[in-house]
Amino acid sequence: MKADVLVIGAGAVGTAITRELTKYRLNVICVDKREDVGGDCSKSNSAIIHTGYDAKPGTLESELVVAANPQYDKLTRDLDIPFKRIGAILPAITDEQFAQLPEIKEKALKNRVYDVQYLSKEQILEMEPNINPEVKGGLFIPRESIIDPFIYVVAMAENAVANGAKFMLETEVTGIRKEGDRVVGAETTKGYIEADYIVNAAGLFCDEIANMVGKFDYTVVPRKGQFYILDKNTGCKVNHIVLPIPTKITKGKLMTPTIHGNMLVGPTAEDLYDKYDKSTNTEGLNSIRDDVTKLIPGVMLQDTITQFCGLRANRNPEGLNIDVYDDVKHYVNLSGVRSTGLTNSVSVGAYVANLLREIGLKMEFNENFIEKRKGIVCIRELSKEEQHKKILENPLYGNIVCRCESVTEGEIVDAIHSPIPAKSVDAIKRRLRAGMGRCQGGFCGPKVIEILARELGCEPKDICKNNSKSYMVCGKVK
Amino acid sequence: MNKITCDVCIVGGGPAGLSAAVAAKKAGAKDVLIVERDEALGGILQQCIHPGFGLKLFKEELTGPEYFGRFVDEANELGVKALLNSMVLEVTADTVTCINGELGVCEISAKAIVLAMGCRERTRANIVIPGTRPAGVYTAGTAQRLINRQNEMVGKKVVILGSGDIGMIMARRMTLEGAKVEAVVEIMDFLAGLTRNRVQCLDDFGIPLLLSHTIIDIKGNDRVESVVIAQVDENKKPIMSTAREIECDTLLLSVGLIPENELTSNAKIEISPITKGPKVNQYMQTSIKSVFACGNVVHVNDLVDNVSAESAKAGESAAKFAAGKLEDSTAVTVETGDNVRYVCPQSVIPADEKVDLYFRVMKPQKGVVITVTDGDNVLFTRKAIKVNPGEMEKATVSVKDITSLMVSVKEA
Repeated sequence: MKADVLVIGAGAVGTAITRELTKYRLNVICVDKREDVGGDCSKSNSAIIHTGYDAKPGTLESELVVAANPQYDKLTRDLDIPFKRIGAILPAITDEQFAQLPEIKEKALKNRVYDVQYLSKEQILEMEPNINPEVKGGLFIPRESIIDPFIYVVAMAENAVANGAKFMLETEVTGIRKEGDRVVGAETTKGYIEADYIVNAAGLFCDEIANMVGKFDYTVVPRKGQFYILDKNTGCKVNHIVLPIPTKITKGKLMTPTIHGNMLVGPTAEDLYDKYDKSTNTEGLNSIRDDVTKLIPGVMLQDTITQFCGLRANRNPEGLNIDVYDDVKHYVNLSGVRSTGLTNSVSVGAYVANLLREIGLKMEFNENFIEKRKGIVCIRELSKEEQHKKILENPLYGNIVCRCESVTEGEIVDAIHSPIPAKSVDAIKRRLRAGMGRCQGGFCGPKVIEILARELGCEPKDICKNNSKSYMVCGKVK
Repeated sequence: MNKITCDVCIVGGGPAGLSAAVAAKKAGAKDVLIVERDEALGGILQQCIHPGFGLKLFKEELTGPEYFGRFVDEANELGVKALLNSMVLEVTADTVTCINGELGVCEISAKAIVLAMGCRERTRANIVIPGTRPAGVYTAGTAQRLINRQNEMVGKKVVILGSGDIGMIMARRMTLEGAKVEAVVEIMDFLAGLTRNRVQCLDDFGIPLLLSHTIIDIKGNDRVESVVIAQVDENKKPIMSTAREIECDTLLLSVGLIPENELTSNAKIEISPITKGPKVNQYMQTSIKSVFACGNVVHVNDLVDNVSAESAKAGESAAKFAAGKLEDSTAVTVETGDNVRYVCPQSVIPADEKVDLYFRVMKPQKGVVITVTDGDNVLFTRKAIKVNPGEMEKATVSVKDITSLMVSVKEA
């Protein structure tokens, strides 16, 4: 196998880089060790497209986040990605927090986020009646937005495929070959891939890839974030992203609607050594309760339909870094892509493409680049007449498999045979929401296993939740 | 779009829907239509291949399929129609909208509607068990479906959380299929399900029941590798010094059922915060008079025999309503007295008839007397050796001229 550019990692950042590179006449391969794109940090986060108002001014992270935010209107329209500009409110509950507001607004200006506005107590309570009535005032950040992070990554990857990129999943890089002072290819669990240029976008595991080219200047320090997801019908909701005023120690815990109408509450921030520790714990979950209650006293965490944990790929020393090296040529290394990674992925794509050009990659504009991508038809969002028509075309659209989120067998079959095929239970869940509702797959799970096995031509025991060892059933009964 | 009309439309073809359909036909309804999302009638009983059904109603012990088979036969003889593979999307006072692969979207106009959607299982997330999120954590009913309907074995080394009936039945089922059930863990200091299930499903197979214990951690990134259990104190808080890890590949949860009422609440029908089901009167009539409800969608039953009885009432009442013959006057709210968590029906219209009041107690109690009173007037009294939240109680009272009703359980 041979590629002009090999991108390691198919998260938000890796897929965005891959897609960006297909705007040029290049042969691009993107590999990921997981069974699906976006299977790690990109799937477990707050699903917010940030403005960068609170970034450290003057940093690369600030530059990339601030540049990324305005791109999302067109991008999400072009690629059929659920996205909403709902805005964020920072309520100051105490006098001390109220005194911090000018400083926060000034920082936003330094980051060139000029549309941050002051809000009075009355304005806040009118916008968000569930905010603590002791609120003194606050800030409004209008362009803070929410997105479907799963569809974002899938859409970027599918569009890249439509433009000629190749994705190799369940393909783990085990070594990088160098000749002299440059890289020439990667050893993987699916064989050797010869590559003129290599981009390390491996997120949590980017330090391990860096070690393979002889770079040991940083380590990844995973920062755990635990969240609650609440039922769409919970009695206490918010309409905006409600963010706490940050303290010296932590950015704090927020409450926001998700793009699909659930409430998301969290995250914690706990530094870890174990990149595989994605467990929730009682202390973490209780701390969310304690903190968010100060912002939204009526929050009903008992309406939770799931709790999850994501790991931010933080690094030590801290900060987002995109590096090229004199002694390791034809190689770009990304590290410290943390909670802003989802947002800045789109500008990281452009930044890395330019960096590759600077270090010698020949880049000719691909005039056949297809800008648009259409997602799987969402039956629940159609009118009754449209649903009727769709079902008459294909009866599988009339067979609802997931009752909580109204997902049909037709949509599941579509996802299995899509450009980035959904081959696991979680891949189906992330694309269609089957199993993401209040019964958490209790009803649709057995049917999804059956449909996956049928469509993929394998046995149910070969169907996994995600990775190859996460089998759902262990064989036939006696 | 397809338009269908009928006298009585029944949402759900499980035991509740089937019994309601049969009763509606017997009470004179002309067109009775069941809308069922599965490919066959019978509901959850299709996967309940164990015996133990029908002891009350038929005075014999049947399996789930045998039990509902009798209703299906009767429904067929009476000419009940069924629309299978059809998911109901919306219910209003006179219309049921569903989708079906062959017909597309169907709008069913009915003179009366019976809600019989049953219930769903509480999940791991509902009870907030911390830990990782690997494959191998199933609700007991999901595992039961995989094993009994899809012939797929879910795991080999199992821990079960919750001593509900399905959990205990699955402990036996998994054992019979060659799995090792390490323990059934129950947070309360009493059994959640029926005593007969503990004897037949756990004791007979030597499966340990650990009362006052819970699961405090789940380990394993891909598939479950172990769970950590601990004893709980009187406030249900885990005592960390008692924590121990049990190696297993599967965790089954039998931690309660929730009536499935999305359609009901979307129709703006009044829901009881305690049962999580629609509030009904003795005719199983909801706050929308043309809409009736029965079975586990109203309140979670422990015996299907009770579901059938109460659903027959709903079907009969729906047929009467469709014919314009159902009693209608101001209802009396049924009050819950000492140690009574809820009573179903929640209200009763005074009439010259006898009404079955089904109720559950809040906590186990021994040597009690159950009473139903209308002010100072005692309408019903019965002594019981013990009462238990896992076993529903019944009191039958005459409701002619009543002005109030209260059910109480007191020390004898």
